[in-house]
Amino acid sequence: MIKIAMVGFGTVGRGFARALAENREIIEKKIGKYRVTAICDSKSSITGDFRIDEAFKHKSERGRLPESRSAEEIIEEGNFDVLIETTPTDVFSGEPGLSYIKRTLKSGRDVITSNKGPLVVAYRDLMRLAERHGARIGFEATVGGAMPVIKMIRDELAGNRIKRLRGILNGTTNYILSRMEKEKAPYPQILSEAQELGIAEADPGYDVEGIDAGAKLVILANSVFGRNVRFQDVEIRGITRITPEAFEIAVEKGYTIRLIAEADENGKLEVSPRLVKLTNPLAIYGTLNAVLIETDLAGEVFVIGRGAGEKETASALISDLVDFYGNGSFG
Amino acid sequence: MRFTLIVELEDKPGQLLKVIEPISRIGGNVISIVHDRHKVSPLKRVPVEFVVDIDTEKVESLLSRIKESGVHIRSINEVRMLYTESFLLIGHIIHTDLSDTVNRIDETGFAEVVEIHITMPKVNEPSTAIITISARGKDELGRARKILREICEKKDILVIEPLNEESA
Ligand SMILES: NC(=O)c1ccc[n+]([C@@H]2O[C@H](COP(=O)([O-])OP(=O)(O)OC[C@H]3O[C@@H](n4cnc5c(N)ncnc54)[C@H](OP(=O)(O)O)[C@@H]3O)[C@@H](O)[C@H]2O)c1
Repeated sequence: MIKIAMVGFGTVGRGFARALAENREIIEKKIGKYRVTAICDSKSSITGDFRIDEAFKHKSERGRLPESRSAEEIIEEGNFDVLIETTPTDVFSGEPGLSYIKRTLKSGRDVITSNKGPLVVAYRDLMRLAERHGARIGFEATVGGAMPVIKMIRDELAGNRIKRLRGILNGTTNYILSRMEKEKAPYPQILSEAQELGIAEADPGYDVEGIDAGAKLVILANSVFGRNVRFQDVEIRGITRITPEAFEIAVEKGYTIRLIAEADENGKLEVSPRLVKLTNPLAIYGTLNAVLIETDLAGEVFVIGRGAGEKETASALISDLVDFYGNGSFG
Repeated sequence: MRFTLIVELEDKPGQLLKVIEPISRIGGNVISIVHDRHKVSPLKRVPVEFVVDIDTEKVESLLSRIKESGVHIRSINEVRMLYTESFLLIGHIIHTDLSDTVNRIDETGFAEVVEIHITMPKVNEPSTAIITISARGKDELGRARKILREICEKKDILVIEPLNEESA
């Protein structure tokens, strides 16, 4: 029996809990029996012998869970094998996720996270900590949501030298740029359209200034190129200044404009709007994410998928769970 | 036509004038001079590389004038600008002195702005331009790109670079 504790019960946390219930049969075939032993959010929790629907019921009816044990206490008690960490991202401090993850790894327990913050701030420290305590940390969900990229490079492309990665790592900006290309309309107009559709947040800075894509690029650079870079090391330019005329000129010349995150083996680390040939696989539309991986043996490999969303992110968390405990490797 | 001219000059004052004077008298333009004093030839001559811009029909007479003054011409090569790349610029391009941006690239000798097209901005709104730069080689294009970036950063102009499709 694999015991799962969850810290964070928002969009992603709930999506994960729901997927665990709905796909139980498929998942148990891979990893055997499992049970959620604790869930906590920012101010409340549920522990002991409970059913997942109870947690959903409390959360939706009262906006909180029935108990008041904190995440620290739950981690301290240690009644779990793996922590699913889905608290909000802070790319500068890494908190609150960073402390939760460190404590869990120090106790020799595994962590799976969708939160970029801790990995952006302390990638190398976390990897060392995990190694030292015989624990593992899975972070497929932090980059590109459902789009498999971290394990794709680590496993499927194992033995290749990775020369360069270029990707679209933020669905919101890709949606805005796709719409600007089609409509030749000004940025503020398309941004408010995206906000009405719930694709962009009320405060869109995190996406449109390239911060989110930059954070994901840091994680990719550290995990794929073995680097030890931080958010401050990424050269970042966002999309807010792009004009409709820019699209007119670009399209006339056979290009479009997309926010591209690029890292290579020579140390390039940049997020910026780029002219992309309309025939390039990265000229994608809508909220999709994609990465073009350039390798020495396999040549170019292109991955595309949904970069966000509750089910999509749950899919990535579960893929880490199966990676850790699949094939009867547990117990 | 633009060409590079490599001559050997004696290592003493006044020698550069033997090349510069005839060029300007004939109406040509010296774009750059590279003077490498570490590469002295066995006869104690210093190779100097000029990039010159001049009407094609005047080249022959220029070369004979230079030879007459006793300067040894080692080589002459037309500068071929083989590598080309286009960039989008967004910002207050006109207010920030476009010709200066163009000159800074042209004066390198290894790269030039071959096309620039500005869309008419609305009053007080940033304008958008496409600028095409050609350079002698791949490295030179990289250097020109860097210069463009630096200038534009100072002038607060957003540069949108192409995603080069050559493999890494
Ligand atoms: N949404 C996506 O599509 C997506 C995709 C990939 C990655 N991510 C990442 O996944 C993480 C979660 O995203 P989300 O959309 O699920 O966010 P969310 O809906 O805001 O949920 C965050 C959860 O964390 C809890 N929380 C906040 N502070 C806490 C603390 N100090 N201790 C314990 N719990 C705390 C919140 O509690 P309350 O319920 O009490 O507020 C909430 O349950 C973020 O790091 C995000 O960047 C999201």
